[in-house]
Parts: sequence; structure tokens; C-alpha cells
Amino acid sequence: MSLTAGVVAVQGDVAEHAAAIERAAAARGREVTVREIRESGLVPDCDLLAMPGGESTTISRLVHSEGIAPEIRAHVEAGKPLLATCAGLIVASSDPNDDRVEELGLLDVGVERNAFGRQRDSFEAPLAVDGLADDDPYPAVFIRAPAIDNVDGGDAAVLASWDGRPVAVKQGPVVGTAFHPELTPDSRIHGLAFFENEAATVPVLEDAQ
Amino acid sequence: MTDETETDLEELRRGTDLVKRGFAQMQKGGVIMDVVNKEQARIAEDAGAVAVMALEAVPADIRKRGGVARMADPADVEEIVSEVSIPVMGKSRIGHTKEAQILEAVGVDMIDESEVLTPADDAYHIDKRDFTAPFVCGARNLGEVLRRIDEGAAMIRTKGEAGTGDVNQAVHHQRTIKGAIRELEGMKHEEREAYAREIEAPAELVHETAEMGRLPVVNFAAGGIATPADAALMMHHECDGIFVGSGIFGAENPPAMAEAIVEATNNWDDPERLAEISKNLGKGMKGDANADLPEEEKMQGRGV
Repeated sequence: MSLTAGVVAVQGDVAEHAAAIERAAAARGREVTVREIRESGLVPDCDLLAMPGGESTTISRLVHSEGIAPEIRAHVEAGKPLLATCAGLIVASSDPNDDRVEELGLLDVGVERNAFGRQRDSFEAPLAVDGLADDDPYPAVFIRAPAIDNVDGGDAAVLASWDGRPVAVKQGPVVGTAFHPELTPDSRIHGLAFFENEAATVPVLEDAQ
Repeated sequence: MTDETETDLEELRRGTDLVKRGFAQMQKGGVIMDVVNKEQARIAEDAGAVAVMALEAVPADIRKRGGVARMADPADVEEIVSEVSIPVMGKSRIGHTKEAQILEAVGVDMIDESEVLTPADDAYHIDKRDFTAPFVCGARNLGEVLRRIDEGAAMIRTKGEAGTGDVNQAVHHQRTIKGAIRELEGMKHEEREAYAREIEAPAELVHETAEMGRLPVVNFAAGGIATPADAALMMHHECDGIFVGSGIFGAENPPAMAEAIVEATNNWDDPERLAEISKNLGKGMKGDANADLPEEEKMQGRGV
């Protein structure tokens, strides 16, 4: 069956996530329709969901004021997959360490915003990530990126670290990255989050034609 | 656990096109607000701005005051940088490499090489490829857009006519740029080559734009946006996001206006929401109609 994907589109690099989801689906022979989520009422129809990069203060403000926040929580509670990148990760965390961001608490992690510095410190680098389809390093792009803290005691598993600090985690149906898998043509992270995550429920491809 | 020996910290690269353009992509769908001090920066961040533009005076005041308009005092820029958690941008004069380096040194996240300030160089823009910080530049047409990208700009905005509160020129520039891209898409290879010569743009970028059917970098609206409806109009014209200069702190109730423009940018395609958002905001900035502006007072002709 054809899948419905949602990209939370209140602010950020939405088109890039939409294209990455389409690439990941096409590589697995799945059909997908991507919808941009700017208002409430659309998330319940989505099989999978992405929260993009952008500004976490803006995104958190608008997902709450537009009534999308409780729908994202319900999506994850139903075991459906969510990929949250950079600002999306900050919003999905349990503690953004900043009262300007209202978190969703979907991942048992704290984050430090702009942990690697300002834009002049932003960087790209090959990154070893657990659980990808092969062992090649992932071309990770970090833009004013957060780092993940306080994973101890929670259920989040660390998939990748940079300079000793976790930058990718997985907990049940949720995958969070501090970097931007949507900015490169490599769709392995989207594949991992949406199609190779055994803890997430995605409608299967039916054999009947 | 990840085997960390596989990740080599030495392979880190800063200031690449991907990292610079990526920063601009993260601003999409957002509103970037002009601020002149940390109090305004706080209001902007609280209203949901994706970034603030630190400058000495908003364009409407620069227009009124006359004289030479320069980069803001770096101490004021630093104060704004430490006040907010969102990115801070700063304006340098066109061609003023040193102002841009100073802004980079105090930690601004993006430099606006801006026609709102008095140009420092009549013939050349800054060689933006030498910088780690990304640049945004204004443009009125596709030739200007592609010349700026060729110089290293990671983001483009319409010039509009800054400080007027009249959206007319921003619309005109956006229509001109989009119209040229549509025209390009219908051209054969050799026609695009000739077109590149005509608009004085690198042929390579002309072909890239034609094949993508859009600019290779993010394209924001700027210059004269003063109300939530103006912001929605520019999103309707397929801008990726909005710069607001004098429209917020020149309005009667800046926090309400700022918040309304952020919400209108997200809900640009929903007239009923726009109606609600636009209610009871107090007076907008007074402004000056573009049609009444003498040619010598226009900023948009600076730096082509």
C-alpha cells in the first residue's frame, strides 16, 4: 500500500526532508505521498513523520499554537516512526535546557543547544553511525547543532557520537539526530528511521496487486 | 555502542557551500527581524523570529537621517549576540570586506552585504568565498541573483525598497526573478548561453537554475514588508521566507506585529486565519509610497 508521510512544516527545511523521504521510499520500492503539516488535523493520517531542522524556538512555538504538538505525541504513542533532526531533535527531547523552547518529551534525553558553537563553527564530516544498511561513514552536516546529554537512565540508545558527545539516538519509534540527514543525497538515516526500525510500525507492502 | 575509532575528527570541514547554504535552508518559512538593540532582539525572539538582523538604525530611520550609513558598532552587535539564542545577522556595506570580517569576528551567523548601507565600492562586491560565515545579498533580477551566487552568496533576498513600508518593489523583484526562471526553463541550451551573456551571469549557474527550475540557494523577500498580509503576499509569490526591517519596530505595537507576521508567514495560504491574525494590531509603520520616491532616494540601484 502507498504510505502517507508528514513533514512538520511550520518552519525549517521541509522540502529537503520531503525529497529525502521520497528517495528512501523509492529505494525500497515503496510509494509515498508527502504532506506538509502546518495545521492540526493532518498528522493522524500519517504513517510516518519528520520534524525538520530550523529554529527550535520558532518550531516549538508554532507546533503548540497550531495544535500539532498533541498529535505528534499521539503518533509516537501509537508506535509510528518519527525522525527528528537538529531543531526537531531539540523539540522532541525531554529537556532543551532553555525555557524558550517548549519540549515534546518524546525522547528521554536532554540537549544542549548550539553545543558546537555558532555558524562559523558549523561543519560537515564523515560520521560512524550504528544500524545503517552498510558500514560506510555517514556524510553528516552539523549546523549550529545541538549535542545530546543525559542519556543515562533513559531508554534512548546512542547511534553516533562526535568528539565524545552523542549526536544520534534511537528510542522506540523515534530517531533523533543533531545533524541534517536531509541535506545530503544519502538517504540511509531516513531508511533507518522509517523502514528498518523494528520498534516502529509501518504498514507493510501488500503482495496483492 | 558506536565504535568511535571509525569517526575521524580530523576530517571536519567548515565553511563549505553545503554548510553555508544549509544554514540558509534552516531559515526557510521563517521571519528575520531588524533590531537595533538587545531589548528589540528579545522581543523578536519571543515573537518567534528565526533570526535577528543587528543594525545601527532601521532602514526607515537611515532614510530620514541621511548621511553615510555604516556597519553597527561591534559592541552593540556582541550584546545582541549574547542576548538571544537564535542566529544573529549583521549588515556590512557593499564591497566593504573589512566590515564583513569584523562582523564575522564578533560571531555573527550570516552577513548581509546590503544596499541599505552606503556602498563602499562602486564596482565590486565582497569576495564572499573567502569567508567561513555565509552571506545574504539583495537582488532585483536574475542577473544580479546569479552574480551574487557566483561571488559566494548562500542566500538571496529581493531588494525591494527598504524603509518605505511599501511592498510594491519586493513584489516587482520577486516576479522578475521568478518570471526569468520560467522563461529559462523553456529555452534550448544555446538560447540559455545567449541569455547568460545578455544578463551578464555565469552560464554554468544559468544552466543549473534552468535544470532545477529554481534558484540554487534560498530566496527570501525583503524591502517594504510591513504587515502580516504583506508577508503572506510574498510567500504567495513563492519566497522561502521573510525579512522585516522597519515594519515591526516602526509599528505602534511591535510585539503584536512581530508575532502576527510570524503566524501569517506560516498561514499564508489560509485567508480566514490571516483575517484573525491581522486584527487589532494597532497602526503599522507610516511609510512612503514607492511611486512618490525620487529616483536619487532609492536604495535598490546600489550594487548591481
